[in-house]
Amino acid sequence: MTFDWRFAWEILPELLRALVVTLQATGLGMALALALGLVWAVLRRSRRRLVALPATGLVEFVRSTPLLVQIYFLFYVAPSLGLSASPLVSGVFALGLHYSAYTAEVYRAGIEGVPKGQWEAAIALNLGRWRTWRAIVLPQAIPPVIPALGNYLVAMFKDTPMLAAITVLELLQTAKLIGAETFRYLEPLTLVGAIFLAVSLLAARLVRRLETLSERPA
Amino acid sequence: MELPAPADLLPPLLGGVWVTVRLTVGGAALAAVAALAGGLGRVADNAAVRAAATAYVEVFRGTSALVQLFWFYFALPLLGVELGAMTAGILVLGLNTGSYGAEVVRGAIRAVPRGQYEAAAALSFSRRQTMWRVVLPQAALAMVPPLGNLLIELLKNTALVSMITLHDLTFRAQLLRSETLRTVEIFGLVLVLYFLLAQALALGTRGLERRLALGRDYGGLR
Repeated sequence: MTFDWRFAWEILPELLRALVVTLQATGLGMALALALGLVWAVLRRSRRRLVALPATGLVEFVRSTPLLVQIYFLFYVAPSLGLSASPLVSGVFALGLHYSAYTAEVYRAGIEGVPKGQWEAAIALNLGRWRTWRAIVLPQAIPPVIPALGNYLVAMFKDTPMLAAITVLELLQTAKLIGAETFRYLEPLTLVGAIFLAVSLLAARLVRRLETLSERPA
Repeated sequence: MELPAPADLLPPLLGGVWVTVRLTVGGAALAAVAALAGGLGRVADNAAVRAAATAYVEVFRGTSALVQLFWFYFALPLLGVELGAMTAGILVLGLNTGSYGAEVVRGAIRAVPRGQYEAAAALSFSRRQTMWRVVLPQAALAMVPPLGNLLIELLKNTALVSMITLHDLTFRAQLLRSETLRTVEIFGLVLVLYFLLAQALALGTRGLERRLALGRDYGGLR
């Protein structure tokens, strides 16, 4: 069997439509990861150990267990909690939760990079905890770590094929279905690989540009 | 003998742990070779070698591990190369992790100060001697922590092989779920098992790091 270019050209539109689902899952998952990660990072810095320790444990646990198992877990467990979530919603939630463990570490590095004097100045100015975080610490902690967060966006994009395991019609699942219908797996799977390569090379280039931008002093 | 729940689920899962461990060990061995070859290739003098190493790293880092697995298992046979599930699994896990490892190796080699190369040249070391006796032993220490992280990523990625029908821990969990429907217990237990395996790897990595750092007054553990 050789690579059939005409067949590849025929299925390309269907795969590009599936790419939209993949990108949606990535975008929504990343939004969740950015928000949750920030919560874990701030909780971990709490002076109350009853708050900080569980947050640390959760991040460590989520980070060292497979995303695929977490996807299954959330997908199968959600109904038993009375939540009926579509595969895409469960998948996005799993992606977001998994990557929040990574973004939490990134935020932590950013927060630790804020000089101690900034915290002391905030105390001296009698700013509350909420205002210190929101107006002083985070605006200084987040911009330097944006490129690192961008790397995890690319990583998450490459992990979306796992959603095929719970029947989300993203790129890989679509390729599998085309393969099952036509008995040709070579073209769809090769095209999916090529699409992933093209998008992630492009995204990696954008992240590199972000890096040079953030290195430039404001 | 009946174990109390949820421990009664452990025996059927443990066979899967063994498959997961074999995949991790096999994948890690291949990844180590691929990372070293890829990393050295990317700093080679020969332009063709450099281009080949760069292509390897970009392709395997740029496409998704699961897509690679499917390609090697479902598409490659159509080109006449038939691989067993275990072989395809180890091959993809090793090459995928190796492509990330190659960047670690390259970074660590480039972080060795220029003076070390100059000193080796002054002692009239050959290129090979410089690399193996001077540069790599120093770079090795800097490689250990990031390679340890990659090893844990590899362990997590072994779960993907359950999708090409290998009976690893994740696959057994799926089987057991369809038999018993005790979903929360099964997947909770499986997550804990993976967590314990990851902790063992982390412990081993830290031990290795401490060992390599023995008698050094620079780099390493700071």
